[in-house]
Amino acid sequence: MKPLLGILVVILGFAVRANPVLVVAAAALVTGWAAGLPLQKLLALLGSAFVRNRFLLLFVLTLPVVGLLERHGLRETVRGKVAGLRAATAGRILILYLLLRQTASALGLTTLAGHAQTVRPLLAPMVEAAAQRERGPLAPDTLARLRALAAATDNVGLFFGEDIFIAFGAVLLIQGFFRDQGIPLEPARIALWGIPTALAAFLVHGFRLWRLDRRLRDREDMP
Amino acid sequence: MIRLHHAYLLAGALFAWAALVALRRLRWAAFLFWGILAVALAAGDRIREDVMGGLVLALAVLATLGLKPSRAPEAPARRLGGILVLPALLIPGLTLGFVLGLRPLRIAGRALLEPANATLVCLALACACALAAALVLTRRWPWAAATEGARLLDAIGWAALLPALLATLGSVFSACGVGGAAARLVGMGVPSGSRLAAVLAYGLGMALLTMIMGNAFAAFPVMGAAVALPLLVHHHGARPEVVGALGMLSGYCGTLLTPMAANFNIVPAALLELPDPNGVIRAQVPTALALLAFNILLMYALA
Repeated sequence: MKPLLGILVVILGFAVRANPVLVVAAAALVTGWAAGLPLQKLLALLGSAFVRNRFLLLFVLTLPVVGLLERHGLRETVRGKVAGLRAATAGRILILYLLLRQTASALGLTTLAGHAQTVRPLLAPMVEAAAQRERGPLAPDTLARLRALAAATDNVGLFFGEDIFIAFGAVLLIQGFFRDQGIPLEPARIALWGIPTALAAFLVHGFRLWRLDRRLRDREDMP
Repeated sequence: MIRLHHAYLLAGALFAWAALVALRRLRWAAFLFWGILAVALAAGDRIREDVMGGLVLALAVLATLGLKPSRAPEAPARRLGGILVLPALLIPGLTLGFVLGLRPLRIAGRALLEPANATLVCLALACACALAAALVLTRRWPWAAATEGARLLDAIGWAALLPALLATLGSVFSACGVGGAAARLVGMGVPSGSRLAAVLAYGLGMALLTMIMGNAFAAFPVMGAAVALPLLVHHHGARPEVVGALGMLSGYCGTLLTPMAANFNIVPAALLELPDPNGVIRAQVPTALALLAFNILLMYALA
């Protein structure tokens, strides 16, 4: 059970609310030490894995565009446009976004949207403006809550759309796992079983977003 | 051929600019942090692996040494109105266009885009084109855009590093056999006679292990080998395609609940300037728990 020491570090670190970056680095060191890796090997493992995974930093490529447009009033413009559309309530905007994000992901178009390229510059200001029209000026915690819900909607749409896409990594991973165990499966049949959960995700999250509109209208406290 | 490497060079240039901006304000920790990231992005594959590992640890220490952004006063800029939405929509629009139009394209027998990473390359190309459009519209110079990008990067701070660092931890975990040990622990506690217990252990185990590892892809082979295959498929005769798909989706519910999935949960909280770094996770809890229950019930009913 010695390899599990690293997991213990992760759990303890998050429990005492230490800086996540430090927790993760410490967990990697402890895990390597517990497995008896020599330091140089452990460092090489860290280095090569980091270089392999640095594509996860490419989201920063959207930031110069988004930053420049924001400096010239993008968010205010989006807010102004949405404020004039009476039919565009916060919940309806988010439900429509959920539907589009899920559909695009199911077609394999996962990089079409994201937190940096669509949620911050477009979706969040739209939702804020729509909520403001219903409710007047928003309290800081209501504002934070709305933005968090916008980010959450992007995640739900992405996760429960992409699993339907046949060529998606998860489907191929499942197929590969069972193939190695001598059980051949068609990718399409695996992807098919992603559909019920995708529908459930749309209904469950969509219901929460629909209730958001009622809450905003009735000026109830935000959950 | 346009390769992923070119996207890395572009991102490296942005990090280098952020480092220079920090240097001008004498913020040494931030200068080193963005500087090392610039080198890792642009030339990471040419640095000796153990040296790179040392740099990764240096990044982790620097991240804790107060990267707090110094809030520069927002200089007013010319407001431009509705046309601004256009470059913003160009990013998703051109990504789609490039994926459909450029990916199959071959010039003199060679693919135009690196086939293995075509969608990421398309995203990078779309960003470059949208940037050009934004520069023309706002009549600003490229370094103005780089400075705006550096400003947002500063607001994100250490959270920008977390996704790649967590993926690194995942690699260390799998190299050191952490998943197998965790799976043995789960496997020991499951009575083999009860189908319900096996389904519960597998579904909840996928969610929990994903929360710990931050990634359902890392959890699936582990829980698959520990519970799904021996207990569900072989012992109880469950259908493997159902077990595979719904198990993975149970793992996704775990992804919605954990700070370890930083690129989905922590980075957006920083991007949207939420006061609570776990704000996005909190907004996802009801959806995630309802879907986890749905997956487990469906698996019990159908598998």
